[in-house]
Order: sequence, then structure tokens, then C-alpha cells
Amino acid sequence: MFEILEKRSLNPTVTLMKINAPRVAKKAEPGQFIILRTDSEGERIPLTIADFDRNAGTVTIIFQIVGATTEKLNHLNEGDCLQDFVGPLGRATETEGLKKVAVVGGGVGCAIAYPVAKKLHDLGVEVHSIVGFRNKDLVILEDEFRAASSKFVLMSDDGTAGEKGLVTDALKKLIESGEKYDRVITIGPLIMMKFVCRLTKEYEIPTVASMNPIMIDGTGMCGGCRLTVGGETKFACVDGPEFDGHLIDFDEAMARGAMYKPFERHAYEEACNLFKEVK
Amino acid sequence: MANMSLKKNEMPVQEPDVRNKNFKEVALGYTEEQAIDEAKRCLNCKNKPCTTGCPVQIDIPAFIAKVAEGDFAGAYEVIARSSSLPAVCGRVCPQENQCEGKCVRGIKGEPVAIGRLERFVADWHNAQPETAVNKPASNGHKAAVIGSGPSGLACASDLAKKGYDVTVFEALHVAGGVLSYGIPEFRLPKSIVQKEIEGLKALGVKVETNTVVGKTISVDELMKEEGFESVFIGSGAGLPRFMNIPGENLNGVYSANEFLTRINLMKAYKPDSSTPIKAGTKAVIVGGGNVAMDAARCAKRLGADVYIVYRRTETELPARAEEVEHAKEEGIIFKFLTNPVEIKSTEDGWVKSVVCQQMELSEPDASGRAKPVPIEGAFIEIDADCVIMSIGTSPNPLIKSTTSGLDTQKWGGIVADEAGKTSKEGVYAGGDAVTGAATVILAMGAGKKAAAAMDEYMQNK
Repeated sequence: MFEILEKRSLNPTVTLMKINAPRVAKKAEPGQFIILRTDSEGERIPLTIADFDRNAGTVTIIFQIVGATTEKLNHLNEGDCLQDFVGPLGRATETEGLKKVAVVGGGVGCAIAYPVAKKLHDLGVEVHSIVGFRNKDLVILEDEFRAASSKFVLMSDDGTAGEKGLVTDALKKLIESGEKYDRVITIGPLIMMKFVCRLTKEYEIPTVASMNPIMIDGTGMCGGCRLTVGGETKFACVDGPEFDGHLIDFDEAMARGAMYKPFERHAYEEACNLFKEVK
Repeated sequence: MANMSLKKNEMPVQEPDVRNKNFKEVALGYTEEQAIDEAKRCLNCKNKPCTTGCPVQIDIPAFIAKVAEGDFAGAYEVIARSSSLPAVCGRVCPQENQCEGKCVRGIKGEPVAIGRLERFVADWHNAQPETAVNKPASNGHKAAVIGSGPSGLACASDLAKKGYDVTVFEALHVAGGVLSYGIPEFRLPKSIVQKEIEGLKALGVKVETNTVVGKTISVDELMKEEGFESVFIGSGAGLPRFMNIPGENLNGVYSANEFLTRINLMKAYKPDSSTPIKAGTKAVIVGGGNVAMDAARCAKRLGADVYIVYRRTETELPARAEEVEHAKEEGIIFKFLTNPVEIKSTEDGWVKSVVCQQMELSEPDASGRAKPVPIEGAFIEIDADCVIMSIGTSPNPLIKSTTSGLDTQKWGGIVADEAGKTSKEGVYAGGDAVTGAATVILAMGAGKKAAAAMDEYMQNK
């Protein structure tokens, strides 16, 4: 079984878990994801791999409590087991030939951006990390990012952490100040990635965005995660999750992401009520 | 004296207007009396034409003779010699093109209801108290089976019976492949599938779910690092095709795979399921195969008005005759000679309607079926809030792209000979991964052949 070996709250809505999954740990690479189920009736949810330890056989996930399943997941504790944990799925981040990269993360997306920054840093690539959060209470992995970056810029919507403003403001400033990136890697909310990609297109900087669409099997079987990239239909689970950000149809991706919103909200409320009753 | 009735004993079924609102099994199965009466229609032909029509060569007249005598246990023994999944095949085989298609009684009147009898015998057996299974003695050899669908289960079963230490690797969280995620509960109850899998486990077969071969572990690693001497690839044809028409990525458009997986694997039809599904109020299913019928009948049960859009005519429908019949009875409307060209959108990105080109039939094409050609300028628009694309699947490229020295066809199918032998030593393949999307029973036949070849390979290594 997939035992939870460690559980840590990174902020009020974001939790880190270290899972015992030796087969997954053996093969995991930054940029890939796993699919888990909390219980035998649970839905399958994809989560990007935040870290892994091949020797210890563990995989770290970081998730934001946004729906019924992440709520249920957050109620599990060290020593509990996940019903299912499968991976690593998707393609790993391509790092070959890179010299200087800007990693742009937003919100819980930073949990995915961090292992990418770390791997690049370990490979000797110059990494500039730009991370944004709504406010200071939501900041995660700040120390980790600092250690993996030669330049670190923290942004917040309300100015309570780092500078006030959007990650695109900070990225633009760095580019205008003469920083020459051979790639920008962006991971975060779709709307943020859309604007990062729009900005880097102006400066013709190759940009990769990590997509996290609705998904069931994660092996190419259902096609629920499809998106349009450069006019072609791609499956995020097997062709991605990273794609050329300048070619992604973000508006379509946002519409598809909202497909089950009413259902999800209802399920989340029900899950919350259930846990309240238990208490 | 044989029963000379020209008609089969009718299969008791749930009434159409009742069953199109629930997911319980449609066909209820013969009673003992009906089964014996039907079995007496068999003429026990010496040359057994029916058996030649069976991909796993069940000795059909022999098992039917046992049914006629009321010896159901004996009948099961005959079937079990050739088939490892009779309760499944009795329900989902296209008998009209196989055993029953060759039945002499079918020349004048209806053939013997071989499929229904097979199902009866298997269900009778499953209803008996469990008997202790004699686990075969180990022969010390280790074999891996990739995929727990029909070909993999058949292969694993035959290898286990010969004493091999068999591990089946399954990507999803439940074993069964298409039997679990694809075919709906009302046609193949999942408890039957799980019972068959439990039977395999009793033979000593290990089943590792949550293992995506090609990602979690590769075929090469299985052989080099984990000591599997031979590997069977039965990974199926799971990659859905789309039409590449405008509007196909709108909200409300599903591949049949996604729609059926949500319903069958994730139980989205149950009110308390944590996985959502939206069949809408008016669903259009594109395609004419068994999968299209399954998707249509599921959508109907979820409350939608359902249209099946097919570019040829009823005669060319590739689905099993019984499924088409059942779909019609349940109120599904067929639109023949129509082919979608565009899906139109509401303002907020949901499906609004499907624009279809009207077609006519011309000369037969390479497949021997009449080729549909567009009637210039003739279009219809069907209002819909759900569209399900059921136009076929192709093999998943995951294993091909991660296995050294494994040759594949241009379209993705693994190259294998009659016995399932691939271009890679010790590696065999069968089922949809080799042939492209076909039937449960053909996949089972391929799994059995490969098991025999793998046995020979491992014994002579």
C-alpha cells in the first residue's frame, strides 16, 4: 500500500505529503505527475510530482485543498495509506542545452515549478525564479527556491510578501533590464500562464507551460485532457503535461477546465460538511 | 428426439421502458427448463461446424449434449477446457458471426442459441458453492502479462494452469481492461468480471494494478531486472480517435472511452459517485459499433434523448445484432447516412448542435462495405448538449515507444505472427494491441495461442 510517511502543512490551504511508492520513485523525473485515489470509491486526480527520493522509495506531492478529493486527502494522516498511486506519468521536463532559464510559478503551481528549478540548478543552469502568491500567508517553498536560484523574485497581489504586483510585471522588468533567457518555464493558474506566454512571445523567448487539465486514466485512454496546441489536438497526459506556451489555446483550456465546476463545488461542500459532522 | 422448433427459446429480458432507466443487467438468462429445451434443438452434427466458428474452439455440441441431459457441471467442464471466461463470452461474443453463424439449424430457421446456453452454464457454475481450486504445481518459470483485458486474462490463465509463476500488470486501479472500463454493467455485470479474476488469483496468478508498463516499469526491465523469462503484451487498443472537425474540444464532447470509463470504471452513474458525468438532455453518439451502442444506451439511462449518427446504413452497422435491437427497443433514434462535419457552440463554450452532412452509398470500398459519399449541399443540424465520439480506437503507443527491438505497424499495432511471437525474443503479443480494435473472444483466442507459444519458448530455452 501507499503509506503516507510524512505530512506537513505549507500554508492554510496547501499540504505536502511524502508517499511510500518505490516503483514510482525509481522512475520519477521533474515535470511528471502521478494519479491517486484516496479510497475505494474515490475519483482519480492527477498531481504533479514535487520531489522524489529513489533510495528511500518515496514521492512527495504538494496539493491545494480545492475540492472534495483534496479535502479528503488532507484528512489523511501519517501512517494512513492511499488506495491507489500510479505513475510517473507524462513526459519529463526537457532540460537539454539550457544555459539560463526563468522559472515562473504562481500559487500552488510553485510546488511543481520548484523541482524543475532545482533540477536545472543541479545541472548547472542559471536559474531565475519568479514566484507569485495572493498574500504572505500563502507563500510556499521560499527557502527552497532561494537555494535553487541565482536570482529570486517574490511577488504578491497585495504587497504583503515581496513586491506588490504580478509575476508578469517582474518577468518583464528582468527582460527589459537585459537578462537573456533561453527559455521561460511557467507553471501556475491558466490565466497567469496565458499572460506569461503572451509577454514572452513579444520578446520571442521560447516558453514552456505545464498544463493540468481534467484527466481520468492518465495513460492516453480517455482523451478528457485534450487541448489544442498549434491547431492540433494533444493529450496532456501522454504528449505533455508541458507544451510550447506560444501555441497553446489557453481560452479553450480554461473553458474545458470549468466543465464540472458546479459539480465540484457541490461535492466539495458535501465533503466539508461530512468532516464537520465527524468533528 | 430433437426439438425441431424453428425459433430459439426467447431470452427473458427486463422490459425496454424499465431497463432504459436503470443499469441492471438487461438479459436475465435462461431457466434450467429453457436451457434444456434449447439444448435439445442441437442436432449434434458430426463435423461440428459451430466449433470451427469459435475462436477458442469450444467443443460446442459436447457441452450442449450435457445441458440437454441436465448435466450442467459436465457442460461446464467441457467449456472450461477451452475457455477461461465463459460467463463473459456468453454475454458479449458476436455469436451470429461465429458459432451460431455456422449452425446447421440456422439454414432454415434460427440457429441454436449457443451464446445463451454458454451463459447459462457459466452462471449455473458460478452459483454453485465454491470448490477448492487445485493450484497447479510450480514449474519454476516466471512470466509477465501486460494488461488484464481478455487477451491477458486468457494468456495468464493458460500459463498458470501449466505451473508458471504469472504476474499480470494493469495500468488502472481495477483489473479487467475493457471488461471493466468499457462494457457497461447492464450488458456485463462487473461482479462477473471480478469473479473471473478471483478465479485466476486462486490459480496463483498475481495481479499488480496501478502499474503502467512503459512508465512505471519497462518491458526490458521486467525481463532483465525482475526475472520474467517471457512477456505477453495485451495492452489493447485504448487510444481514442477523434474526427478532427471544428468544435470537437467543446465542453460536452466526450470520446466514448472517456464517457464509458466515467460510467463503468468510476461508477459516475451512481448518485453518490465522486466522478461526474454529463450526458445532457440530448446526446448525439457518432459511430455504429458495439461501443457506440454501449455509449448510447448509457446516455439514455442517464436521462438523455439519444441519437446515433452513422454514415452508412443499418445493414453496415458493425455492432452485434442484439445490441442494435436492444438499443432500438430502448428508444434510441438512429440517423443513418449522416456524418458530422461541425459541432456548434453556445456562447459559454458548450455544445449546442451538430451539423451533419447527408450521405449516400456508392461502390463497396476496400473493406467490402458500401462506401458512403456526401450528397452535395445536403446538411442537417441536430440540437445536442452532449456529443460522444465513438469512431474507433488505436493501440496505445506507450509500450512501443519504450521497448527496444519491438516492431510495430505504421498504424501502431504490434507486429506478431500467428502464435503471437513478436520481433523481440521472449516477447509475445495478442488482442487489440496486435489487430486493432476487435472482439473479446478474438483477443482471448490470441492470448491462448500466445500462452502455448510462450510455454514452448520457456521450456526450450
